[in-house]
Amino acid sequence: MSNFEPEIVAFCCHYCAYTAADMAGTRRISYPSNVKIIRVPCTGKVDAIHLMKALEKGADGVYVAGCLDGDCHFKNGNLRATAHVEKIKKVLEDLGWEPERVAMMYFSAGMGEQFAQGAKEFTEKIKSLGPSPASQTVGKAV
Amino acid sequence: MKTESRLEKVLASGQLAVTSEVGPPRGCNVDIVKEKANLIKDYVDGINITDNQTAMVRMSSIAGGTIIKQMGLDPIIQMVSRDRNRLAMQSDILGAYALGMNTMLCLSGDHPQFGDHPMAKPVYDIDSINMIKMVKDMRDEGKFQGGADITEPPKMFIGAAANPFADPFELRVMRLAKKVAAGVDFIQTQCIFNTDKFETWMKQVVDRGLDQKVAILAGITPMKSLGMAKYMKSKVPGMDIPDEVIDRLAGVAKEKQAEEGIKMAIEQMQRLKECKGVKGFHIMAIEWEQKVPELVKGAGLYPRPQV
Amino acid sequence: MITAEQKPLQEIFGYIAPYEKILVVGCNECVTVCAAGGRKEVGLLSSALRLHSVKAGKKLEVLEHTLERQCDPEYVDQLKELAGQVDAIVSLACGCGIQTVAAQYAIPVFPGVNTKFMGASESQGIWAERCMGCGDCMLGVTGGICPVARCSKSLMNGPCGGNSSGKCEISEDVDCAWQLIWNRLVELGIQDRYEELVAAKDWRPAGGGGPRKIIREDLAASKIITEDMA
Repeated sequence: MSNFEPEIVAFCCHYCAYTAADMAGTRRISYPSNVKIIRVPCTGKVDAIHLMKALEKGADGVYVAGCLDGDCHFKNGNLRATAHVEKIKKVLEDLGWEPERVAMMYFSAGMGEQFAQGAKEFTEKIKSLGPSPASQTVGKAV
Repeated sequence: MKTESRLEKVLASGQLAVTSEVGPPRGCNVDIVKEKANLIKDYVDGINITDNQTAMVRMSSIAGGTIIKQMGLDPIIQMVSRDRNRLAMQSDILGAYALGMNTMLCLSGDHPQFGDHPMAKPVYDIDSINMIKMVKDMRDEGKFQGGADITEPPKMFIGAAANPFADPFELRVMRLAKKVAAGVDFIQTQCIFNTDKFETWMKQVVDRGLDQKVAILAGITPMKSLGMAKYMKSKVPGMDIPDEVIDRLAGVAKEKQAEEGIKMAIEQMQRLKECKGVKGFHIMAIEWEQKVPELVKGAGLYPRPQV
Repeated sequence: MITAEQKPLQEIFGYIAPYEKILVVGCNECVTVCAAGGRKEVGLLSSALRLHSVKAGKKLEVLEHTLERQCDPEYVDQLKELAGQVDAIVSLACGCGIQTVAAQYAIPVFPGVNTKFMGASESQGIWAERCMGCGDCMLGVTGGICPVARCSKSLMNGPCGGNSSGKCEISEDVDCAWQLIWNRLVELGIQDRYEELVAAKDWRPAGGGGPRKIIREDLAASKIITEDMA
């Protein structure tokens, strides 16, 4: 499975993580192309079903990247997202999937480097887990 | 006299009454009941038999009461509304009376959540106050709850519990008044450790004239050890254990704590003998029945009156 | 409202194991509000069932639908076409909805939730029991706090000796209903009412008289007329 290139979906908050990703780009800090970014107005709007649908459609890993604690533009959207991610981790456990296939991360708009680092580490993690059960049977999501 | 109850007779004679209790075994051993009853028989006017105490299955209180009755003693059967509905309770009351039991205690009972059968359905068809009224209606009106007449009604002397230390304090006397209004004849209180607070409660009881309508037996429990006092203070709901009790037990050597506990209980009874409205004592010597004689003698309540 | 909680996934997997095509049906009423069986939860459960079947290497097709109401035959009629395409149904409605669906379709219908109690929302994500449907509401004499549903012993004349600082003897997380009632009577200045004896409750309207039914002659009659006209 050494040549396994996972499909990873990252729901990124417009105010922080998405901007951080942008910064990583402009400063030419590279991060794995496996990570496909979906910009959201606030991670609080990323519901559990979005994580599930991404996995169902073949993503090997999904993460949500929101603002640092206390910095959400909409008060506590990042905390809601955290709760959703936790819930899905439990569901995955019940399903016999690795709960590590979903994750929550936090960045400020200026943390381009850390964003790239996070993307890299998550990609490595998913590579080590191998393809998800769904990605082997369905077409890729993104 | 409303009943043939020995407790009623003792109280009517104007003397202080003494009751104590026996927890039936968690099995069918009759000798355990007899042994425990024999330890206390000459020192009390009635012996409570608990009813699935702390929501743990034990030999039934009426069976235990029957054994005690057969010994020529005076059982006070406890009945909780937790485990039976109106039909079962009334039928058990008829049965108990038919077997010679004439004194009972009406309780709601600890919630099953406490015991070893938390999966059981709690019944609570009626509460303890409704139960008092039910037993009184059976006795005085000769009526079942359904309205039908009872041929040869059971003449039960009716008791209930009161906890002067539960919250809110301002309701404790009012709730007693409800039990009195429902027709209760005697009260056995929760274990008293905060004697000052008990006296405050008792004063309110007397001020309302409730002591004229119901005989209050003060609940006495001797402390076996400092550990027991600490456990009761922190773990047992509805217990009020002042620091002075803890401090006094802590002030003596470990092997002297039991003796000190007995001394404290005796002093407490001597003090409460003077408390207006107190008509006697209910001694709950938890797994320590053999100390009941010492307590009764120490409090100057021996020998028991012949009535 | 009627509250419910999703059943453990393993239990649902067990129910549907023999089937290859199923329908998950939600309800847009109470179970939507308590986030147990609305459109969103139908989606999540269906997704989980699919992921599980993929992992287990098992063929499973999951259809999704959420009805406006599952406890009314008129709405449940709308499932006719979908029900005809599947081997079994998982319903996320309360027990009333599940039974209405089961009564209408001759295929297995499984519960996807455990129906819990009639409750109200205390704050987001927290629902607490408020009513047991005893059929003879006594809130008028208990200051608007129900001792039947909220006292662990359903005492008519509480509180018992287990009230400690306003908490029930069964748990520090449970308020003593009779403490709340007393506080409320004091607040309303009618604490004298406390001493009125409340008689033993007649449990017939609470279900002691067998399964309960409401027949509103005025409404039921008009329905018969409409049916006759049709």
